[in-house]
Amino acid sequence: MVYLELFFSFFKIGLFSIGGGYAAMPLIQEQIVVIQNWLTMKEFTDLITIAEMTPGPIAINSATFVGNQVAGFTGSIVATLGCVVPSFIIVLILARIYFRYKDLSVIQGVLEGLRPVVVALISSAAISILSLAFWGEEGFSLNLSDLNVLAVILFAISLFVLRKWKPSPILIMLGTGLIGMIVYNIS
Amino acid sequence: MKENKNVYWTLFSSTFMLSAFTFGGGYVIIPLMKKKFVDKLGWIEEDEMLNMTAIAQSSPGPIAVNAAIMIGYKLRGIIGAFVAAIGTVLPPLIILTVISQFYQEFKGNQYIGAMLKGMQGGIAAVITDVVIGLGGNIVSKRKLLSNVMMILSFVAVFFFDINVIILILVAGLIGALAVIYRIKTERRT
Repeated sequence: MVYLELFFSFFKIGLFSIGGGYAAMPLIQEQIVVIQNWLTMKEFTDLITIAEMTPGPIAINSATFVGNQVAGFTGSIVATLGCVVPSFIIVLILARIYFRYKDLSVIQGVLEGLRPVVVALISSAAISILSLAFWGEEGFSLNLSDLNVLAVILFAISLFVLRKWKPSPILIMLGTGLIGMIVYNIS
Repeated sequence: MKENKNVYWTLFSSTFMLSAFTFGGGYVIIPLMKKKFVDKLGWIEEDEMLNMTAIAQSSPGPIAVNAAIMIGYKLRGIIGAFVAAIGTVLPPLIILTVISQFYQEFKGNQYIGAMLKGMQGGIAAVITDVVIGLGGNIVSKRKLLSNVMMILSFVAVFFFDINVIILILVAGLIGALAVIYRIKTERRT
């Protein structure tokens, strides 16, 4: 039955993708292109492009898209559920353990060790995103003509506004999106 | 805390809005969640948010969904976790269902492409803002070990692509050993 196949394929993707985002991509490809033949490689590449252009985790985007292509709206719900159920079970178990034992001094020590790592991980992601915005897919370059001047200006103004007035990040994104839509289309 | 109904609604609408406007996965949504639940609502402490992020990070599945489940559970138990997970999953579910009907047209649309390109500068600024806040807090506590670990793990991830799970396990172990060592030396003196 196709619903069961959808559910379990995405259950496996949810269960074995650790580290999020791009870490899940090879797993998704294996399940839906190689094992199940639900998409061709070309369609899979399109899917990744769409997933990058739309909000939400890549795994959820893929589940909805593939489910919809294979078995309509019900398919998209079943596949998305399959993708989320492993997270739900495992994270809830860890959450229970965390909230019960977090006051133990050894656990406190462990958590104190983790905090700087999490900050470092977010910083590293920040630099990758900054580099994508400023220089595009090719990455950092010393050549000034490769620099996207509008992105640098939008970044600088946004950061200034954020530090000074602390608006909702969603406003910043809508504003920069609107300016991008106007300026890139004129030039 | 406020009455239950309000908390559930705020939890749902916050996770829904964050998920609807977050392009680029877990590392982008976590700073946004921190801004919403720690800075704006004041429902979660910053240290706790970082702990929960570490757990979301090292669990299987999408980081955004994991983090939402942790936040929901922290605020309102299992039902809270359920509400937050639904709020996070619904936007991509709706958007992708619509897009998969006519994705050729969407892909070629120059306005959407230009909008997404403009947003990159904005989202980079939002994350930088959060990094300045979080990094500043670690530095201002003036604990040598924390600062060294932050720099080393940044180098490990950014320059050497070290696996995140390994990094988290090693850092947790160092943290535990530091406490055991501290307790032992305190006993001796």
